[in-house]
Amino acid sequence: MFSEKQIVISLITMLLCFLAYSSFIYLRLPVTGNDQAIAVTEGKKTWQRYNCNACHQLYGLGGYLGPDLTNVYSKRDTNYLKAFMSSGTIVMPDFHLSEKEKSDIIAFFKNIDASGKSDPSSFTIKRDGSIEQ
Amino acid sequence: MEALNNNPVEKRFILAGLILLSAGFLFGLTGALQYVVPGFLKQVFSFERTRPLHVSSIVFWILLCSMGAVFVYLQQYKGKKIFSPLLVKIQLGLFVIDILLILISYCFGIFGGREYWEFNPLLAIPIVAGWLLFGYNFLRSVGSMKNQPVYVWMWLTGIVFFLFTFLESYLWIFPYFSRHLVNDMTVQWKSYGSMVGAWNMLIYGSSLFLMEKISGNKQYGRSRIAFILYGTGLFNLMFNWGHHIYTLPTHHYIQYISYAVSMTELFILGRIIFQWRSTLTAAQKYSHHMAYRFLWHADIWIFLNLVLAILMSIPAVNVYTHGTHITVAHAMGTTIGINSFLLLGIACDILLDECVPARINTRLLKKGQQLTNLSLLVFWMALIAAGILKSKWQMGTIKPVYFELMLELRPYFIAFSIAGIGITTGFLIIIIPLIRHHYHCLQLRKEYKEMMTHRQASAA
Repeated sequence: MFSEKQIVISLITMLLCFLAYSSFIYLRLPVTGNDQAIAVTEGKKTWQRYNCNACHQLYGLGGYLGPDLTNVYSKRDTNYLKAFMSSGTIVMPDFHLSEKEKSDIIAFFKNIDASGKSDPSSFTIKRDGSIEQ
Repeated sequence: MEALNNNPVEKRFILAGLILLSAGFLFGLTGALQYVVPGFLKQVFSFERTRPLHVSSIVFWILLCSMGAVFVYLQQYKGKKIFSPLLVKIQLGLFVIDILLILISYCFGIFGGREYWEFNPLLAIPIVAGWLLFGYNFLRSVGSMKNQPVYVWMWLTGIVFFLFTFLESYLWIFPYFSRHLVNDMTVQWKSYGSMVGAWNMLIYGSSLFLMEKISGNKQYGRSRIAFILYGTGLFNLMFNWGHHIYTLPTHHYIQYISYAVSMTELFILGRIIFQWRSTLTAAQKYSHHMAYRFLWHADIWIFLNLVLAILMSIPAVNVYTHGTHITVAHAMGTTIGINSFLLLGIACDILLDECVPARINTRLLKKGQQLTNLSLLVFWMALIAAGILKSKWQMGTIKPVYFELMLELRPYFIAFSIAGIGITTGFLIIIIPLIRHHYHCLQLRKEYKEMMTHRQASAA
């Protein structure tokens, strides 16, 4: 059995480390000084409003019914993307998006595409078991 | 009969949870059908509605049943009533109304739009309020934390960290955090990764209490090994969330910290293997005990999912599994095989223990358990097989279109849908008699009260 003092000291130490780690992440976010166009912000809102993540992934996080769309902007042209959004597919319903909503989502895709690559085959696996983009 | 345990309000948390578990599985089956039959209910109830309905129902089953268990077991541990039964009622009311509003909002296409667990941010306010009441009532009921067993520490940890991570998951409403997707996703998965650890603390704490209660051994909860395992769990809760975002272009140190911390789970895995023989002996000894059977089955699923989790925590392996159905296998394996099995064990203990004269058909419950376990194994393996194929597709240099991949995976989707029907049926075989038993006991208790009143009146 650990003494009361040992338990409390261990917990306080862990808690302080956790708070320091959290604060460090909040204060030094990975991407800084990125003043996005309003269309990107609106595109993200539209993405959330229609719950697109339920079926699509961004950086491998999201649903599995549709494909990962992180780098769709560099793979397909704008008209192709708009056509998909306008008519839907055999699985995806037609959400009756307005022209502005479609343009905003495309601006959002462009922004994500510029942030990195999600294709795991493009990653380098290092000897220590870590990976690098 | 009056002397028997009787926590009607606290038990309602568990009953509401059981109803949500059943609903969650029905929504899940609808979602599975949408994988098997492309376009099924596409225009009226498409997947962006069924998925959150399924996820939220299951998450709320876990939360409600965990809260109910903490209230009931805390009273059994302390040997006295909860500090404020009124606050328990208010808390239950807040949660039930809010959960209904959340489920209805999905039906009307109102979403929070976040990956995994999402709803309109306004609907998060009652949850925070309810959780604060939970924490306050818990602390006032415990009194001092001096010389408390490990499960009381685990309950406290679960309560504090759920509140912290739940609030943290809403930092995205501030533009500072959501301005760039990478920042947003980093903070989002920091919170969600730890939140799962927080509710696990509530569940594992109650399971430990239940284990002590069944075995009659009150020493384990105060032992050195129990506190070491709790510390390892807490350490992972705090720092092992990064494996969700290894492939996100975020800070490198997040990957290294999470990778290193996750390896401490090998200690837990080693202990499970080391204890295997004694676990088997205990399983044979208590095999007649319904609640224990759930704990024992959960032990097997802890082992399987821990192996998977440790592998997925190695970035070099994660790059193959991330974004594939192997991640889903892990999520489903832990939610059903570990969380739900442990909570059903707790529900059996609390609901079956309440009145002696009303017997329940335990053979039927055991059949339900067997069906659930077997179906879950098929479900889990079908998802892993689908994940391996998707991984092969992802890592290929030439990728056929996504629809072709989905056609290739269809046999596995059919397998997991059939297994899903099996799991749902198995759970319903357990849940329906449990709920009926509870109401039968309520009726018996009422009749007993009336009989006593009548006798007293006759004597007077």
